[in-house]
Amino acid sequence: MNNKAKLMQGNEACVEGALAAGMQFYAGYPITPSTEIAEISALKLPKIGGKFIQMEDEISSMAAIIGASLAGKKSMTATSGPGFSLKQENIGYAAITEVPCVIVNVQRGGPSTGLPTSPSQGDVMQARWGTHGDHPVIALTPASVKETFDLTVKAFNYAEKYRTPVMLILDEVIGHLREKVETPNKDEAEIIDRVKPTCDPKDYNPYEVEDGDIVPRMASFGDGYRYHVTGLVHDKTGFPSNDSTIAENLVNRLMNKIGDNIDDISNFEEYVLDDADIAIIAYGSTARSAKSAIQSAREQGIKVGLFRPVTIWPFLDKQIRHLTNKIKKVIVVEMNLGQYVLEVERVANKDCEVFRYGRVNGRLITPDEILEKIKGDVLCLANC
Amino acid sequence: MKSQTELRLSGSGGQGLILAGIILAEAAILDGKNSIQTQSYGPEARGGASKAEVIISDSEINYPKVKDCDVLLCLTQKSCDEYLDSLKKDGILIIDKNINKPNRDDINIYHVPIVERAKNDIGISMVANIVALGAISKITKIVSEDMLKEAILKRVPPGTEEINEKAYNYGLNIL
Repeated sequence: MNNKAKLMQGNEACVEGALAAGMQFYAGYPITPSTEIAEISALKLPKIGGKFIQMEDEISSMAAIIGASLAGKKSMTATSGPGFSLKQENIGYAAITEVPCVIVNVQRGGPSTGLPTSPSQGDVMQARWGTHGDHPVIALTPASVKETFDLTVKAFNYAEKYRTPVMLILDEVIGHLREKVETPNKDEAEIIDRVKPTCDPKDYNPYEVEDGDIVPRMASFGDGYRYHVTGLVHDKTGFPSNDSTIAENLVNRLMNKIGDNIDDISNFEEYVLDDADIAIIAYGSTARSAKSAIQSAREQGIKVGLFRPVTIWPFLDKQIRHLTNKIKKVIVVEMNLGQYVLEVERVANKDCEVFRYGRVNGRLITPDEILEKIKGDVLCLANC
Repeated sequence: MKSQTELRLSGSGGQGLILAGIILAEAAILDGKNSIQTQSYGPEARGGASKAEVIISDSEINYPKVKDCDVLLCLTQKSCDEYLDSLKKDGILIIDKNINKPNRDDINIYHVPIVERAKNDIGISMVANIVALGAISKITKIVSEDMLKEAILKRVPPGTEEINEKAYNYGLNIL
């Protein structure tokens, strides 16, 4: 029974993935197109002894999942662009206090309340730089319902392993899409849990990294390890410090725990790139349009391939450099007016021409639009 | 070359077209095929334009939206006016009787009393979506009648199975 095919929605797969990963707490403020994540969590969490709470707003939801995680429960919240904006202050708090948590953003058209029921990929840069100060970010973007399940599990695992907020960035198309999936077997997923201290509580330094560890060991509130949690720069005891060396070491450590493990966090897909003269770079639902466009292009003798970033943050410097060393024309297709493309331009080989195609009309970019752009601007088959 | 069928179910918000789309996609899976369902709707709970799209295929489905519409269902004049052009040549148009028969001779038009059957014969206009599913099944044969019935009974609210089955049968016999 475990692998029976069924029709499942992206938002539903997100909750199933979260439960498989061990989510025990959800706090949120419902917003289209993410609402099903709250609805299904509300239905399912109480049945497994977990807690669902609808908070008064988005920033308090963020605060609630940080608190629950400090108490030892794997926690998640979900929102869309407008709510994502409101959560940003506490996302920074989770980053500096190194509290594992998962934030889902099902993107819709912006800015502001924008287009509530329409897709967008306009929050790519906000995911990276929405909260102030230098901080690490892990952000994953699925392109299918099945992948939404898998990446939600991964998001929890990264959060626990690296003690950092992890963002799962969907778009309305993927969140609302229903497609055939083999019902995932929850026992098959690899689950990572935070490492807890084993020392005597009176010797516990909550922000000291032990030899061989990636991050400090994390005690749960109630375990008997008393410690202080603050958004201020802090030393290994968790208490605030103004010391310049401590400050620099802390922020560098936060960045390096991700930077030093980038290969573990880099997820991507390559599709018919081997003989390609042109590479499309696209992620999320847009990558599906790109695949259809590539099939049509190849039927017409135009050799196009796809590079699909699954991890959008940290940026896949190494892979994009490798791609642009090999292929001399790349086109970044995204439902915004140029966000991911800025990073591609930053790392691309100088001999590689980087094109962009972006729309903000609230509609999924079509395969025909991509093909037309390739034939026109990229290949100059028409007037240009 | 194309082994996939693209359907668009359109009307106004509250007519249950998204549910109908879900049921159709589930029936296709029960038939052993691949299927995908997407939707587009306005911010309103009722009224406003609403459409559900379903693609049924023997292979992988990449672009998830309808591109070349094979089957178009319209329950309102407005939705018919908007989507008629998207129906490809030789496509199947199923429209409610309250809609003016459009002027296109390159498609197959079925002008059927979906809303009337639901409202007058069954007595509840809410089941128009299920009547429509019966009509789609009969006319297009895209999913098997049994699997569609199974999918309907699995999705409708408990206690409404009987009336929905009745609605489905009215749809099957709508021609």
